[in-house]
Amino acid sequence: MNNKQNPALNQKVSGPYTQKSVVGRSVPRIDAPDKARGAAQYTADMKLPGMLYGKLLRSPVPHARIKNIDISKAAAFPGVKDVITGKDTPGIKYGNWRLFPQTQDEYPLAMDKVRFIGDEVAAVAAIDPDIAEEAISLIHVEYDELPAVFSIDEALAQDAPLIHDDIDQLEGNISIDRNIDVGDIDKAFDKADLILDDKFTLHAVSHAYLEPCAALAQPDVEGRLILWTSTQAPYIIQCLLASTLGLPENHVRVIKPHVGGGFGGKMELRSWEFCAAFMAKRTGRPVKFVLTRAEELSTGRTRHAMNIRSKVGFKKDGTIVAKDFEAYLDGGAYNSMGPTATFLCGNFGAMLYRYPAYRYRGYHVYTNKTPAGAMRGFGAPQALYVTETQMNIAAKELNIDPIDLRIKNAMVTGDTIEGVTKISSAGFVESLQKVAEMSKWKEKRASLPNNKGIGIGCYSFISGGVFNWFNTPYNFAACEVRAYDDGTAHLLTMASDIGQGSDTVLRQILAEALGIKVENIRVTSADTAMTPKADLGTWGSRVTLMNGNAILDAANKIKEKLAQMVSIKYNLNIIHEVAFANDRAFAKAKPERGISFGEAVAMWVKTHRGEELTARGYYTPRDKGLTTPAYSFGAQVAEVAVDPDTGVVTVEKVTTAHDCGTVINPMSVEGQLEGALHMGLGYALSEQFVIRDGKVLNTTFLDYKIPAAEDMPQIESYTIETYEKEGPFGAKEAGEGLAIPTAPAIAHAVYDATGYRCKDLPITPEKILRATGKITE
Amino acid sequence: MAKVNITLHINGDTYSVAVEPCRTLAEVLREDLNLIGTKIGCGTGDCGACTVLIDGKSVTSCLSLAVESDGKEITTIEGLSTKGDTLHPIQEAFVKEGAIQCGYCTPGMILSAKYLLDRNPEPTELEIRQALSGNLCRCTGYHRIVKAVMVASKKINQQNGPSKASGSNEESD
Repeated sequence: MNNKQNPALNQKVSGPYTQKSVVGRSVPRIDAPDKARGAAQYTADMKLPGMLYGKLLRSPVPHARIKNIDISKAAAFPGVKDVITGKDTPGIKYGNWRLFPQTQDEYPLAMDKVRFIGDEVAAVAAIDPDIAEEAISLIHVEYDELPAVFSIDEALAQDAPLIHDDIDQLEGNISIDRNIDVGDIDKAFDKADLILDDKFTLHAVSHAYLEPCAALAQPDVEGRLILWTSTQAPYIIQCLLASTLGLPENHVRVIKPHVGGGFGGKMELRSWEFCAAFMAKRTGRPVKFVLTRAEELSTGRTRHAMNIRSKVGFKKDGTIVAKDFEAYLDGGAYNSMGPTATFLCGNFGAMLYRYPAYRYRGYHVYTNKTPAGAMRGFGAPQALYVTETQMNIAAKELNIDPIDLRIKNAMVTGDTIEGVTKISSAGFVESLQKVAEMSKWKEKRASLPNNKGIGIGCYSFISGGVFNWFNTPYNFAACEVRAYDDGTAHLLTMASDIGQGSDTVLRQILAEALGIKVENIRVTSADTAMTPKADLGTWGSRVTLMNGNAILDAANKIKEKLAQMVSIKYNLNIIHEVAFANDRAFAKAKPERGISFGEAVAMWVKTHRGEELTARGYYTPRDKGLTTPAYSFGAQVAEVAVDPDTGVVTVEKVTTAHDCGTVINPMSVEGQLEGALHMGLGYALSEQFVIRDGKVLNTTFLDYKIPAAEDMPQIESYTIETYEKEGPFGAKEAGEGLAIPTAPAIAHAVYDATGYRCKDLPITPEKILRATGKITE
Repeated sequence: MAKVNITLHINGDTYSVAVEPCRTLAEVLREDLNLIGTKIGCGTGDCGACTVLIDGKSVTSCLSLAVESDGKEITTIEGLSTKGDTLHPIQEAFVKEGAIQCGYCTPGMILSAKYLLDRNPEPTELEIRQALSGNLCRCTGYHRIVKAVMVASKKINQQNGPSKASGSNEESD
């Protein structure tokens, strides 16, 4: 086996809380045995008595007015129990930016227009899936086709058709823009000795979670709608489903079963969730939808394709003086999470290095294509591909080592982006130094043979967003902790494990805080009828920091009550600290004066005449700028071999050093790193959509190529331990940001090997062979 | 469509079912027999989540018609460890080595690993990667999955003793 043991696995956690018992340990996933046995239930696995099977009719044309829909043949087909079109629905739009209603641009089913191939037009519920599919083919839709636009340039042309002509606030196809201005950009460029001005195109890719989206809805005895769905954000789905149905939120209950991956693709209300609920209400029977992989790849959300122009100024010694950054996001037919991506892309463009002057202009553009949404990195893979590639170009131009150039400009703890954010902890310089040492950077750069190359890419990422465009009146993160007299506890939260392992990590945080065993904690996550309001769910790497803080808040409230019991029992002087460890509550300075956790709970319950000991914990970031309370950082080195005749790139080794604050679960962090690397590798080399006139042509995993086990490089990694004051036990983001550095690192290594500088992802053999003169026509 | 009566021997149990000839084994396992451990990630045989063993060989059950399995021995993920809380060594290694994240690819991945280890009890890392290349995973980067298969191989060989382990390496396909 040539893969070395990852050092992080054996690494000790340092920092102010050195005596931790559970935090910092590679506790295996609590859900893993069930998943290994095949017993874990995902939404698609669920079946209820009388259940109907749903199927969507999607638009075959990219842009058209709907003249007429004839459902009569479908409705009369034996076994069909319901057929709906947009006209049957309440006709209410939805979207995650509730604070700005004009951005809510999507109907659950098209009302009068379709805007991309795959736009949902009608839905059928039938007694079996084959009948549902047959009935879909019997719906006759008359379209009045409109001119369509398939690129940013076409969408911005003077005579371009308006894709959302029903939104008054819009004049063209730009749905939202975002500006950032720091310092005097024009004057700043005057100080530059070197100015780079480059255009980049970044492509769309699929989340390609293995579990296709699925939803199952059923009315309960009270007439309330229950929705089981494969989602990252149960609370968001509850709110948007209720508003779209015209119901109070409390009439909708969302339950999250096991989720087979999300990566940002399952954080919005979607058509099938609405249709399942709406048709369950109409028929009085459970209705289930399961998407096909072809539907996922041709109509599912994607990472945004972008056109970015970036101008950066450097002094001779490498000091950056200014950056002027302009991004056009290809949003596809609807806003989806595009406004957030537009906002974050600008913030990430200003990250990693100190820019005395920075200007960002970001535009989210509608096109008649599959809508792009949130995907792992959320605006950063694109912004930082550009940033990192330009750093490598500058290093070459200035004749400075790329790592030295980065260290010279690197953000450090305490840095600010004026008016935008503050960096409360940063282990970036340390990451750069460590990755240089681990990868033998200088030696290898000097000695690699022809057709081999080494390159670097770096990242920073947020630990959850501080913005509230969803306009929730509730706290960003919430939980309830129940403590029992048998020494156990129960955690209830809407924070959602979608495979990343939050049920395990949150359990570790609570076990550490209460001083009880991790196996003595039960978790309910998530059921909006039981788990406290609210938690915005799993996205933007928010769960560990935000829900972790809510858990500490609840645990502290419980501990305060139990400390009273220990104080009374031992008549402790009030100056004593009461500690919680090893399933006991005791005077810290006199550990023998203490009782078991269960006894302490029993005492509290009895002294409160039978009241259950529970506490709610909350967290909302306040006064933390515009972006996030905390940033992760890291640096990654890729080594490649390029076949000079075929242009095929083999990534041989990837070395990473990264700062995610205190590591709560080393095995989980490493798993995130390895998975991120897989996604970054696909983004760089093998994944792309083939689209003709708005139609996605590669709709299977045979044609849309995510890396397989054989494609993966040797992996080495190291975690730089910083202590993030705002995070639980010093923890911050881990794993999402790691999807960012791989593509620029590989691109740099390919340049090193071949002289081909990729400004147009992905890096394909054809592009390499053209650059090296092997293809000339 | 007229149904056909078939007999499936699954995980040591015998089931008589009437199925339409067009239905896949994956559908029948999941829908008719409630063996939901067999997952469908693509329906086109590309992702391997639906992998089962038919007469000991790995098959993507989404591409296999149920009628083709008439009279055959089928092992699904549910058949790997039939006793409540004990796990097969491969399952155990997947849990302990952190090879499971979302878990959707896990059943197929484990059965592909079993097919490999049944034929080749001491595979190299490259052989494991090749054997699992028909099973896609989006979460783990495969690193820990490969490691788990190596750990499982050692444990199985210890349990079986050296002679049996090397003696079972007869199939080469």
